[in-house]
Amino acid sequence: MSAFLQHTFDGLVSGAFLALLALGLSVIFGMLRVVNFAHGAFYMLGAVGTYLLLTEFGIPFWWALLVVPLALGAFGMAVERTLVHPLARLDPLYNFLLTFGLTLVLQDLVKLRYGTTSSPYGTPSALTGTVDFGLFDFPAYRVFVLSFAVVACVAVWWLLGHTRVGMLVRAATERPELTRALGIDVGRWVTPVFGFGIALAGVAGVLAAPMRAVNPLMGADLVIVVFAVVVIGGLGSIFGSVAAGFGIGLVQAWGESYLDQWPIVAQTSVFVIMAAVLLWRPAGLFGREEAPA
Amino acid sequence: MLRVEGLHAWYGEATVLRDVALTVAPGEVVTLVGRNGAGKSTLLRAVMGLHPGQRGTVSFDGRDLGSLPAHRRARLGLGWVPDDRGAYASLTVTENLTLPPAVGPAPWSLDKVYETFPVLHERRNSAATQLSGGEQQMLALARVLRMGARLLLCDEPTEGLAPLLVTRVADILRQVRDQGTAVLLVEQNLRFATGVADRHHLLAEGRVVETLRNDEVREREGELLTYLGI
Repeated sequence: MSAFLQHTFDGLVSGAFLALLALGLSVIFGMLRVVNFAHGAFYMLGAVGTYLLLTEFGIPFWWALLVVPLALGAFGMAVERTLVHPLARLDPLYNFLLTFGLTLVLQDLVKLRYGTTSSPYGTPSALTGTVDFGLFDFPAYRVFVLSFAVVACVAVWWLLGHTRVGMLVRAATERPELTRALGIDVGRWVTPVFGFGIALAGVAGVLAAPMRAVNPLMGADLVIVVFAVVVIGGLGSIFGSVAAGFGIGLVQAWGESYLDQWPIVAQTSVFVIMAAVLLWRPAGLFGREEAPA
Repeated sequence: MLRVEGLHAWYGEATVLRDVALTVAPGEVVTLVGRNGAGKSTLLRAVMGLHPGQRGTVSFDGRDLGSLPAHRRARLGLGWVPDDRGAYASLTVTENLTLPPAVGPAPWSLDKVYETFPVLHERRNSAATQLSGGEQQMLALARVLRMGARLLLCDEPTEGLAPLLVTRVADILRQVRDQGTAVLLVEQNLRFATGVADRHHLLAEGRVVETLRNDEVREREGELLTYLGI
């Protein structure tokens, strides 16, 4: 029982990363119809940035948690303006290729400067111990990551559901053309939304620094799983992305623990689930079929 | 108020509108009548700035709309009621109504909208796509009234409505017309059209082939219905 709870908790923690990344990817896709392949690279930059802030400038974790997402959000907005936007009128494939290329460039730039070896990043001193839940203890830092991600997801959900900006984003996501015809300058919101999605990837990156190996390729494998998560949840569906993120985190953790005899089954389970969902509901579990306009 | 001159529109190789000219004055209701595929909806979309393949002149209040994007046109006072009703599934009824900014001198208050359409008030917290077809039709019309649009571009606002609601929509259109709002209406229901409109343009293969007054439409109703295939 205790082992099961342990695995479940671990699954929720890795699900937290998937949810934050899928959320950003989904918000960006909804508004821009761009599948941002570079999302994993921005996550990596978040972790590398956190590491560099500490080693180069002595800026600790808590400041990084504030500064890195803001800086990456600004960088994301610059990328949208200069690179993504000029391709927006073309086939979406062009922007997919662009962000794929951007991934390679960002990874190699980091590699060039810092190599490929992983750098350790200490757990923030306030969160080094464990939290006693009675039957079992969990590392305090992981409890923090899970709580923080849940709060962040709820906050994004609230923003989208209860503010005017959120309403515009929902409307533009669902029917961009109609929304323009109703007097909303959809284009004005595209850049901030892209930056916001990237900032979320940055948050995930900062959170990852103390518990995952920080290296240029840390986002490369993860982004593939995140794509599967977003497809399962339904592209553009906020709730779907978050739910599928945590769900897939659990499936992976249980798979690694209970199917350790069959590692191939555990490793491919995410993609088998994705294929099954696509056959059953092509728009994803919580996605909607594309409206005509 | 609205002046369309020499408007051509196309989808790829296929021409949809050929040299269309028409005007709508404030307080005037003009209908576009024609078979499916005659180009009626495309004309409304072109006026709204939503149809990429077009040339010709569309001006509003004497201002050439040129290549002005759709949201700027809406802000000048154009209100589009799309043929598929344009209800947002991810927005509640109230959000559907309050999404567009107020653009005209006399936007309806939410209270006035709900007073006029009590059913929308009852369903105000539902997702808009959970409304019945008729209710969604009401919502789309109510939305442009709340914007205070000065020119309504209505694409078959009575389609699928129960007769009682058709009467209701006619009342509302007459009411806004009497307050100086202009309406360009795509309509297949000739009884409804003659009840609210001043002039009727018959569209065929992308051209305005005839312009009829109400009495002419009534006189030739049988012939027109046969032609329209209704």
